[in-house]
Amino acid sequence: MCALCGVLLNDHWAEQEGGRRGRTLRVGLVNRVLSHYGLELGDWAGRVYVLRDRKGRATVVDNLGVVWTEAARLVGRPLDPLDPELVRALG
Amino acid sequence: MAEAAKTPVALLTGFLGSGKTTLLSRLLARPELGETAVIVNELGEVAIDHHLLRQVDERTVVLGNGCVCCTLRGDLADELRDLLGRRDRGEIPPFRRVVVETTGVADPAPIVYTLLSEPVVRHHFRLERVIATVDAVHGLRAPESVAQAAAADRLVVTKADLADAGALERELATLNPAADVLQSSFGDVEPDALLGGGERRLPEPTPSPADGRVHAGARAHCIVFDEPLDWAAFGVWLTMLLAARGSDVLRVKGLLDVGGAGPVLVNGVQHVVHPPLHLDAWPDDDRRSRLVFIGRALDGPALERSLAAFTRAAGR
Repeated sequence: MCALCGVLLNDHWAEQEGGRRGRTLRVGLVNRVLSHYGLELGDWAGRVYVLRDRKGRATVVDNLGVVWTEAARLVGRPLDPLDPELVRALG
Repeated sequence: MAEAAKTPVALLTGFLGSGKTTLLSRLLARPELGETAVIVNELGEVAIDHHLLRQVDERTVVLGNGCVCCTLRGDLADELRDLLGRRDRGEIPPFRRVVVETTGVADPAPIVYTLLSEPVVRHHFRLERVIATVDAVHGLRAPESVAQAAAADRLVVTKADLADAGALERELATLNPAADVLQSSFGDVEPDALLGGGERRLPEPTPSPADGRVHAGARAHCIVFDEPLDWAAFGVWLTMLLAARGSDVLRVKGLLDVGGAGPVLVNGVQHVVHPPLHLDAWPDDDRRSRLVFIGRALDGPALERSLAAFTRAAGR
């Protein structure tokens, strides 16, 4: 069983509020973060996400928790929000 | 089912020999604990014989105060589903609360995960709080007991008659400033102090990492935000933090100002995060967002800078 960020939950805790607008805001912010790593997240019909890198690799992910683990797999290392370079890049 | 209509579940954890069963035995004798279903590891270990009113089957008894006590046979989700079924069929008295006693070396996170994720269980039950016992003689003696204490909303210092409970009480307050700390001798504790009450005010930020006590590599970091936080940004930030550093984060608890009348309660044990809960009101006049992180290799100011950067980025 993988307990990582509620992968098996029907609704991820971070995605239970805000409706479509909230989802759009989250995707926008996630993309600001992912651009630092050369990745991009697309929202597919408000149901799943599609994560892409610059080499053309793409993967479908269900929720926000999985976005980061899949992004880490594509980049080859964990994506740490405390990384000072990322914090500076976000401004 | 609405959250308020769900049956609350209290999780009682604590290291081997820390006095969980003694505490439970004393609680079960109290009339206030009536209409409670208690799931224990071994019925024989709980001293309830003199209160026994009726044996339902080989693993379930109904006490004089109406409390249902049963043995955990295997999977907690199965046990909770079974309790629901037996309550609906009238085989056991109705109960308003469930108390689950864990094994002494149990990591609370998988149990919390079961309660929050199993579809039937999460439809009918809500995790009310985690209670951890720590005995005054041995203190936080193993990484497991540190994880249990970090996961707790109420901490009970047991065997307070045998050792300096005050010293351990202070130690626990620095490890887990989000929890209330109670003292108990011979398992004596007021049920209301343990199971009643609402959310408490979360503490002020700690001055610097050098000033905080470290417990098996873990310490608490408290951060405060004066301005309302953007919930979407917070969700993005915390999911990313837990994905990168989840094994280092034993606990996160916070009351967040997201612009509503009351705060949003955020509560997570390791990777497992409760659904956000909107509270009707703040515990006091201070309406700043407060977050407590308990973990290893974390830096409070770095957490604050990072969350602030995510919040600013979300506003552009």
